[in-house]
Amino acid sequence: MTGSLVQHAVLLSVVLFTLGALGVFLRRNVITIFMCIELMLNAVNLAFVAFSRSLGTFDGQVLVFFVMTVAAAEAAVGLAIVIALHRHRDTLDVDSFNLLKW
Amino acid sequence: MIEQILFYTLAALALVAAIVVIAQRSPIYSAFALIVVLCSLSGIFAILGSPFIAVIQIVVYAGAIMVLFLFVLMLLNVQKEADDPGGSKPLRTAAAALAAVFAAQVGLVIARARFASGPEQYEASTRKVAELLFSPTFLYVFEATSILILAALVGAIVLAKRDL
Repeated sequence: MTGSLVQHAVLLSVVLFTLGALGVFLRRNVITIFMCIELMLNAVNLAFVAFSRSLGTFDGQVLVFFVMTVAAAEAAVGLAIVIALHRHRDTLDVDSFNLLKW
Repeated sequence: MIEQILFYTLAALALVAAIVVIAQRSPIYSAFALIVVLCSLSGIFAILGSPFIAVIQIVVYAGAIMVLFLFVLMLLNVQKEADDPGGSKPLRTAAAALAAVFAAQVGLVIARARFASGPEQYEASTRKVAELLFSPTFLYVFEATSILILAALVGAIVLAKRDL
């Protein structure tokens, strides 16, 4: 019974990860792209918790803890970059950020 | 039985809200849909026997990170995306097709795999997670994380300064 629950949790994680990756390609607002990355990180967290449940260990929970820490740091730095970009370009459209393109 | 009904309800809610996140043109609505995804996942974590992760999911993700996102959205007065996709329609279709192929491939592997059901009594309580987190296996990683947080703190302040 729990086995199928774990399996469906991992399947849900796959679908959520794919939706997040698709969102990164489809959306052009840089903040929405950020949120799609958060969605992918959450999908991975779900897989960690499900596998941890399946194996009967607690390592997955510790890894989820670290993923959340990195996500918080990433959100803080990323949103600071977004604010700096908006100040210089007055837009949040990723197509207009092409300074590093040659 | 009740736990299965709850699991599938929350899973469906998370899926619908995730689709809203990527389909919505207005970033504010995307952010609120993402909060729904995070709260549903928190419930799923609780069902899978991880009450500690379920709580910090709400506190850290839905509480801290999403508030930061909404704060920046309100601060910058973000408008809806324009309707015109910029002439890259074939590329967008290709991205959707590739995503479908990816989900189908990984999903097929997962659907065929056999998962162990794990122990009958399983609860990753705060005590158990903390005992592992502060054990020699993860202690140095935990300390490195604090340096990461400090670096992110300084970096965010420097980047958001006016005269960059």
